[in-house]
Amino acid sequence: MRLERRAQVPLHLVIVAPLVAVAVALFLAGGLIAVAGVNPFGAYAEMLRGALGSRLSVTEMLTRATPLILTGLAAAVAFRARLWNIGGEGQFFVGALVTAWIGHSLPVPGPIGIPILMVAGMAAGALLLAVPAYLRLRFSVDEVVTTLLLNFIVILFVGMMIEGPLRDPLAFGWPSSVPVDGDFRLPDLVPRTRLHIGFLFALAAAGAIWLILARTVFGTETRAAGLNASAAAFAGISLPRTLMGVALLSGALAGLAGSVEVLGVTAGVTTTMSPGFGYAGIVVAMLAALHPAGVVAAAIFVATVFVGADAMSRVTGVPSFIADVVVALCLLTMLVALMFTTYRVRR
Amino acid sequence: MEAFDLLLNTSLWAAVLRIATPLIFGVLGALLCERSGVLNLGIEGIMTMGAMTGWLTVYMGGDLWIGLLVAALSGGLMGLLHAMLTVPLGLSQHVSGLGITLFASALSYYLYRLIVVVGDLPPTIEPFRPVNIPILSELPFLGPILFSQAMPTYLALGAVVVMAYLLARTPLGLAIRMTGENPHAVEAQGLDPMRIRIGAVVAGSALMALGGAFLTTAAFNSFFPEMVQGRGWICIALVVFASWRPGKALIGALLFAFFDAYQLRLQTVVEDVPYQLFLMAPYFLSIGALVLVARRAKVPEALMTPYRRGER
Repeated sequence: MRLERRAQVPLHLVIVAPLVAVAVALFLAGGLIAVAGVNPFGAYAEMLRGALGSRLSVTEMLTRATPLILTGLAAAVAFRARLWNIGGEGQFFVGALVTAWIGHSLPVPGPIGIPILMVAGMAAGALLLAVPAYLRLRFSVDEVVTTLLLNFIVILFVGMMIEGPLRDPLAFGWPSSVPVDGDFRLPDLVPRTRLHIGFLFALAAAGAIWLILARTVFGTETRAAGLNASAAAFAGISLPRTLMGVALLSGALAGLAGSVEVLGVTAGVTTTMSPGFGYAGIVVAMLAALHPAGVVAAAIFVATVFVGADAMSRVTGVPSFIADVVVALCLLTMLVALMFTTYRVRR
Repeated sequence: MEAFDLLLNTSLWAAVLRIATPLIFGVLGALLCERSGVLNLGIEGIMTMGAMTGWLTVYMGGDLWIGLLVAALSGGLMGLLHAMLTVPLGLSQHVSGLGITLFASALSYYLYRLIVVVGDLPPTIEPFRPVNIPILSELPFLGPILFSQAMPTYLALGAVVVMAYLLARTPLGLAIRMTGENPHAVEAQGLDPMRIRIGAVVAGSALMALGGAFLTTAAFNSFFPEMVQGRGWICIALVVFASWRPGKALIGALLFAFFDAYQLRLQTVVEDVPYQLFLMAPYFLSIGALVLVARRAKVPEALMTPYRRGER
């Protein structure tokens, strides 16, 4: 038995692979739910009801999907060029922090301020990833470890700022940063819910990334750099320039996720505002096979798991960590599924 | 002056060895995997897994040493999963490793919550205590530092010696190193590079899990989420810093632990500096170490290249 690379990946496989991967992951996690003494089918039904059962729960789920779309795009863009950006979590937090900091006292009206704040968040995220990208290009330091370590540094930095210069004197209990000015809060998409127009921004970002990757020279260069770096260099593509461009774009997307979360949901920054949006973004990107349209679908799936698991946990007593188990299993099963789309098994 | 006085304090140097212990286990494990050609980014999750299973075994009435054994087995199991995905299937070692980290951590937290009833404070166990080695522990200065540690610390130091001997002086070690450099040459010798890689990853992961278990059975006495705190990633950086040599890895881990122990004590002496700045130091240090050595690092030639039989 051996593996043979397919010349062309058939479209039906591209669509079936994630579905099979998710089904296998849910089956395996079902075993763990059974260990908890709960019927897995009942538990999954509760999850669906919790995430999609009412108007409120759907908006809650889409609110959760919004940053996931953006961090998923960040990972997809980077992974396509084989730039291993595992620092989405850190970039999310700097984006959030810079937005709250500037947005607290920016003396302009809302419609002008909101774009400024989002660009500031993007710039912060882009700069944060530019450092490991530079270290890779200049000193050949593996960016996996540096981006991971930067996540810890950034979270500590956020903690330092919100207990120090950016502390909100009015916040009770856990320390929080000063909130952004009320003028800069994103309007609700659905009245009397938390769902904000940031969701539309995330969709627009997915569309824009799709266009960039499919229709521009830069998009072709990223793909070439990821598929075969030496061939790309031979074809006259400047790898350092391409990788730095990818890093700036990827970091900007993750920074935007933090920015939009602050403007749309939390107003202030806390060290607990992200339940791992950056890391989950990696799973989202992989489930999407690194395609921008797939990212939207995968983000909605992952958000459904997270929001649904919280509700299911309240009803059945199964620990809500099961959501993280499902998502992690999806990453592993998807990795195997992707192998079967790119290779065929020959006897 | 106070900052300097700290250096003469035996408790600082005793803490260095204690803080270094999980790093020594982790870095040896990562080094073994990488020497055979497999990057194991599952380390952070595997350490979490070891921390949880080791602690849980003792909590449920097991002996401390049985706890370490169970931790090693659980780590080996996670390593086997990583090995299956990356060696026979040849999947991306980066993505698989991250997947293992996410999975092993999530599974640990899930099982912990399921089995253990957590009140206001996490439940505790009776951990490994420092053992005073007769006569030697009474030596001035050196005694309390070197000869009054918990038993697993000595196990870690012994593991360095065994690993160095294994890799440099035994046929098995030669086979492992060769698999990391040129698996085709291994195949030509009539050995199976895939089996060597799988074995190395399983054994390496078991070592990583011991590092995690040290946290819950010796350094602390309870388990809580996020307790590994990036130590796994630091170990990955230390392997590069040590240019894939066990002896240098020990030095790296000790150096690192020294800075960590020193910054902890410095926090109490230096005022008006946010404590987070001190906590950031270890991570900055790791990045700095990587930058320093990355250029001349002699990476195992076949690291991260999946081996496929009969394919060049």
